[in-house]
Amino acid sequence: MKPAAFAYARPLDWSEALQLVASGARPAAGTQSLGPLLNLRLAQPDMLADLRHLPDYAGVTVTGDAIRIGAGTTHAAIEDGAVPGRTGAIMAGVARRIAYRPVRNRGTIGGSLAHADPAADWVAVMPALGATAIALGPRGERRIALDGFVTGIFETALASDELLRAVEVPVLPDAVGWGHWKFCRKIGEFSKVTACVLAVPGAAPRAVLAALDGPPRVIADASALMADTEAEATRIVSGFPELDDWRRAVAQTALMQAVAAASQP
Amino acid sequence: MSRIAVSLTVNGEAARVEVEPREHLADLLRGTLLLTGTHIGCEHGVCGACTVEIDGVPARSCITHAGSCDGATVRTIEGFDDDEVMAALREAFSQEHALQCGYCTPGMLVTARDIVLRLPDADEARVREELAGNLCRCTGYRGIVRAVLHVLAARR
Ligand SMILES: Cc1cc2nc3c(=O)[nH]c(=O)nc-3n(C[C@H](O)[C@H](O)[C@H](O)COP(=O)(O)OP(=O)(O)OC[C@H]3O[C@@H](n4cnc5c(N)ncnc54)[C@H](O)[C@@H]3O)c2cc1C
Ligand code: FES
Ligand code: FES
Repeated sequence: MKPAAFAYARPLDWSEALQLVASGARPAAGTQSLGPLLNLRLAQPDMLADLRHLPDYAGVTVTGDAIRIGAGTTHAAIEDGAVPGRTGAIMAGVARRIAYRPVRNRGTIGGSLAHADPAADWVAVMPALGATAIALGPRGERRIALDGFVTGIFETALASDELLRAVEVPVLPDAVGWGHWKFCRKIGEFSKVTACVLAVPGAAPRAVLAALDGPPRVIADASALMADTEAEATRIVSGFPELDDWRRAVAQTALMQAVAAASQP
Repeated sequence: MSRIAVSLTVNGEAARVEVEPREHLADLLRGTLLLTGTHIGCEHGVCGACTVEIDGVPARSCITHAGSCDGATVRTIEGFDDDEVMAALREAFSQEHALQCGYCTPGMLVTARDIVLRLPDADEARVREELAGNLCRCTGYRGIVRAVLHVLAARR
């Protein structure tokens, strides 16, 4: 047994879960990130609150033009098509390339966003899709745009007494252009650079550059990047002087590849 | 630290055990239930040696806490004796020299069986992609890939 000792609680309703978290318990979802942190003793909580048995924790509901994805929905469920339509097809393609299937069977979209690893896939893709986080706290639900949800390395806009309840993504038309390009030396390892581009007909294209050791960089209007890709990609990556040359070069490639994919009919 | 009671089904048999909350499933399986077919490598979810089936799907037993498995159904490599797909994989693994020291093999087989059942149309590239989460230090993977492809082809 590698972790420092902790107690285990299994809340069966959300108010109990919120009370546990307010009293200092660490939320545990799939433990696919928390498990390694505990084994390394980088995390030493007094108590884990296992969220996996909460009502409506996992699952997808569509209301009008919004798709609500429960925080406990696993990467594997998304890979297998739990999210409908064009949005779901985009997300399934992303999910398939997160870690490995046995990790995806337990790891959750909510755990991934709350963990806020700069290199994580949903951290890059959710702001690109224009998603909104639904946080649940003592005073009820609160909406936080994913553009701005991750505030630093392993830091989010969630308050210490809040849980991530769900993520809301828009129902996208079939005709959207989508590009997602990430650089990994080995399948399943964390990305070294990720770029995403979403081009919805009639709206400004959006781009995200991520996995650069900090929160994702969201480019809310990427029209210039679409029009003059190489020059604009060069200009964007020059805004990261702290990175090694090779990493900036990969970032530029990532932006160009994501634009090329999003421009395909 | 106080221990917690856990009831689970392991390889078809009910088990009632007491665990420390920090104990992971692999330690429970190996240490308490003496099912040493499940191997432990990295304990970070990376190497795949500890892969078992939890509630019907493959999962890492090194980053799944025993306490979170209260009520779960777990199947380890020892629980596949009568499984037809696993029998075919065992045969193909020995035919294709898909193991040498055998350390990776229990996790490899659980992953391989999932590929065969979930992705019946998988080609070589897909099999390699799906096996990327199971490390083997001996074989160089070619025999393992051939063994999985062999079983896939035989079932078409
Ligand atoms: C070998 C390996 C490779 C991986 N590769 C990748 C990869 O390529 N890309 C990628 O994106 N991810 C990768 N991951 C991480 C994986 O996607 C995890 O599933 C994910 O990061 C965490 O999800 P979880 O449900 O397991 O959360 P947990 O590990 O249970 O929790 C993670 C953190 O979030 C907090 N938390 C969890 N749920 C909530 C909630 N609802 N509200 C508030 N806080 C919460 C926890 O307290 C903890 O701090 C990898 C993991 C492993 C083991
Ligand atoms: S021991 Fe579990 S993945 Fe390596
Ligand atoms: S056979 Fe030795 S590690 Fe795979």
